[in-house]
Amino acid sequence: MLEVSNLVKSFGKFMVINGAEFTIQENEIVGLLGPNGAGKTTLVNLISGHLFPDSGAIMLSGRNITKAPPYQRIKLGIARNFQITQLFEELIVLDNVRNCLLSLQNKLNRFFKPASAYKEATEEALEILDTFNLGRFAGELAANLSEGDKKILDTAMAFALRSKFLLLDEPTSGVATADKFKVMDTIIQAIKDRGTATMIIEHDMDIVSDYCQKVMVLSEGRILAQGEPQAVMENQLVQETLFGVSDE
Amino acid sequence: MGLIYTLNGFYFAAFLFLTSLGLSIILGVMGILNLAHGALYAIGGFVAAYIIGLMGGDAIVLIIIASALCAMIAAGLTGMVEETTLIKPMYRRPLEYQLLITFGALLIIEDLIKLIFGGESRYASAPFDAMGSVRIAESTYPLYFLFVMAVALVAGLLIFWLMSRTRVGIMLRAIEMDREMAQAMGIPMRKLSVMAFVLGASLAGLSGALVVPTTPAVLGMGMEPLIMAFIVVVIGGLGSLKGAFLGSLIVGQTRSFGIVYFPEMEMPLLFLIAVIILVVKPEGLFGQK
Amino acid sequence: MKRYLFNTRAYAYVAVFVALLFLPRFLGAYHLMMFESGLAFAIMAMAHNLLLRYGGLLSFGHGAYFACGAYGVGLLARYYPDHFSFELAILCALALSLAISVLFGFLVVRHTRIFFSILTLALSMLIFAILVKAYNFTGGSDGIRVEIPTFFGYEFDMRRIQFLVGPYYYILLGVFTAATLTLLAIVNSPFGKALQATRDNELRAEMIGAQVKKTRWYAFVISGLFAGLAGAVWSFVNGHITPEISDWVFSGEIVYMVLLGGFMVFEGPIVGALVFTYLKLYAISSTEYWMLIIGSTLVILVLLLPGGITGGFRSLFLRLKR
Repeated sequence: MLEVSNLVKSFGKFMVINGAEFTIQENEIVGLLGPNGAGKTTLVNLISGHLFPDSGAIMLSGRNITKAPPYQRIKLGIARNFQITQLFEELIVLDNVRNCLLSLQNKLNRFFKPASAYKEATEEALEILDTFNLGRFAGELAANLSEGDKKILDTAMAFALRSKFLLLDEPTSGVATADKFKVMDTIIQAIKDRGTATMIIEHDMDIVSDYCQKVMVLSEGRILAQGEPQAVMENQLVQETLFGVSDE
Repeated sequence: MGLIYTLNGFYFAAFLFLTSLGLSIILGVMGILNLAHGALYAIGGFVAAYIIGLMGGDAIVLIIIASALCAMIAAGLTGMVEETTLIKPMYRRPLEYQLLITFGALLIIEDLIKLIFGGESRYASAPFDAMGSVRIAESTYPLYFLFVMAVALVAGLLIFWLMSRTRVGIMLRAIEMDREMAQAMGIPMRKLSVMAFVLGASLAGLSGALVVPTTPAVLGMGMEPLIMAFIVVVIGGLGSLKGAFLGSLIVGQTRSFGIVYFPEMEMPLLFLIAVIILVVKPEGLFGQK
Repeated sequence: MKRYLFNTRAYAYVAVFVALLFLPRFLGAYHLMMFESGLAFAIMAMAHNLLLRYGGLLSFGHGAYFACGAYGVGLLARYYPDHFSFELAILCALALSLAISVLFGFLVVRHTRIFFSILTLALSMLIFAILVKAYNFTGGSDGIRVEIPTFFGYEFDMRRIQFLVGPYYYILLGVFTAATLTLLAIVNSPFGKALQATRDNELRAEMIGAQVKKTRWYAFVISGLFAGLAGAVWSFVNGHITPEISDWVFSGEIVYMVLLGGFMVFEGPIVGALVFTYLKLYAISSTEYWMLIIGSTLVILVLLLPGGITGGFRSLFLRLKR
């Protein structure tokens, strides 16, 4: 459902993405691995519409979205979270999620009724917050949450956009190690319930192997290997790229 | 006549250049839009008028130098006080508070001027009269006007030299380009910030001092120059010396010819030009985003 | 939790409204007219705060839209004195401020922070210059006199002062209440939330589909409309309008009012406007160095009490709770 073909992106002389090509289907949860600086975030930016590629194509359910601006892609069903949490800090947690829902319903420019009177959106927002275990913070200012909870809220917002395709950029970075799996459990469960196609960037190998059906390794702007987590990780080339080890 | 109008344009530009250069340095190095800049100009004017009135006699050169120096010192000192007491606590605060506090400073300084110098206009035309006029083309032209242009040019060159050739200048430009980086490099931020502020303030003071031989020092004299300097900075680009120079020329000439050909509309015309430039290139002709 | 807050606010509003209804019995004519000015400025301040607090945009030239409103009334009075009714005057005021804020808003919303402030200031000075220079049309610095209007066909057969402390007070109170409630509704509506989202995080706002520039433009226009309304109702109180209301000193005073009252609370600007009106009045009447007083209080305010009056009460309240 998301097809990326021959994607190329350079910044000046530096070619960050060099012919990336892959497909992600509905119900698939794919992990994206790669050494630092390999271009993972750039790839996410290209898919979300934050950057436009120099050449190549991105298709969503057969529709060419290569040059579509972000808000169009959102309407078509792509959502993402951010590596550095991007929240509406001065609004309450409920509003953060509710805004996403109201935006989906095209109701963000309504003037007169208070936002809280929009029952559907409010209820769904509360449901989503509950799914992500943030229900008790609904009335708190987003700025007052712990770093880990902020990260979860960020993901919840991406999730709230009811996307067909979800991009998660390191959803557990900044979360305390003890909580990482709990957080991932919550997120993955919510994703599986909806059957959203998902691409997750992660550094944590355990997380990737536990939750992703498929894994891709990005190196030097290209997909080096893709397939089931076990198989990919045992690939020697992959090991060298990711860990810089050779068995000599 | 065209030559005379052009000369007038340069004359207006001279004042604009001095005032806007000061504003631009403060804005560029410190990121503060000093609304009290007009009041600093007024201080320069009043102090200069006072000195000129005080010193009788014929030593015109001495009178001019003395009045200008005192004006610059007075304005510079006021600027320093303003910076250390009011602006310094505001660095970390949002923009709104910075603007407001300089607005407060403006009101305070204006009334302090009233308190110290009284509410009457002060005339100080001695230097202007003493210089007389020269023949240019078919008309006579006040020598004082040419003198002002020369001073502005010299000041501009000095600042340029300061900024590009001296250590202080280079450090100032470093701060302007990247504050954090400059701090990390060990540049003494406080000292230089105060220095930049004092420099900008003295330039405003000098500008005020140069104007009083031609127009009396009156309360509120700094308001219009402030707005004009604003426009110059906007047109030329925030923090840019080249921009201040070019912007002053544009505004000065527009003013000069505007007065002749669109007598009532030269002010709106100027604001319109500024608005157009702001819309098309918000950082000004030579500014950086 | 939200319901509870909503209720306290509702009760407070009702109580204040009732008190205001009876105010004319307690205040002399002069003070009542001052209060009326204050109410007009309160609408102005709330309009400004829509952009500042909820949109994160500091306008340093809001006097321009206030002036559009006032001159909408004034020009009607000057050129169509036979049709000078309150309702028509307000319509003219709103039409003029709508036109100007749509145009100016379109220009300014592409910029933020200091450029936004500078641009709004420059635009207000443009209006000021036009108002002064086009004296054949606008009366220039002499301004325009504004007489008592008719009100939906009814002519007030009384002197100006009687009108101002009598019927006009209730008209103004009605306008003020309507404006406050409308702005409150807007702030709590999805649009208001979207605006706040653009304030907090432009990037994220775009990413959830809220179009930042469009939202800001709408907010600017709404703000301009209410500022124009304020200018219009003020013009009747003052009886005379001059270009000064568009100059940047007045715009600066507007920002002062908002910060004085405390811009974090919705009602803050109302408090600020009322207090400022009296502050300026007393400053002007007690000394010729009133700018020194206003300037110093401003400086003290910014240094020591950034949350303004309501902010001060809030921290006091929070401290007492412990």
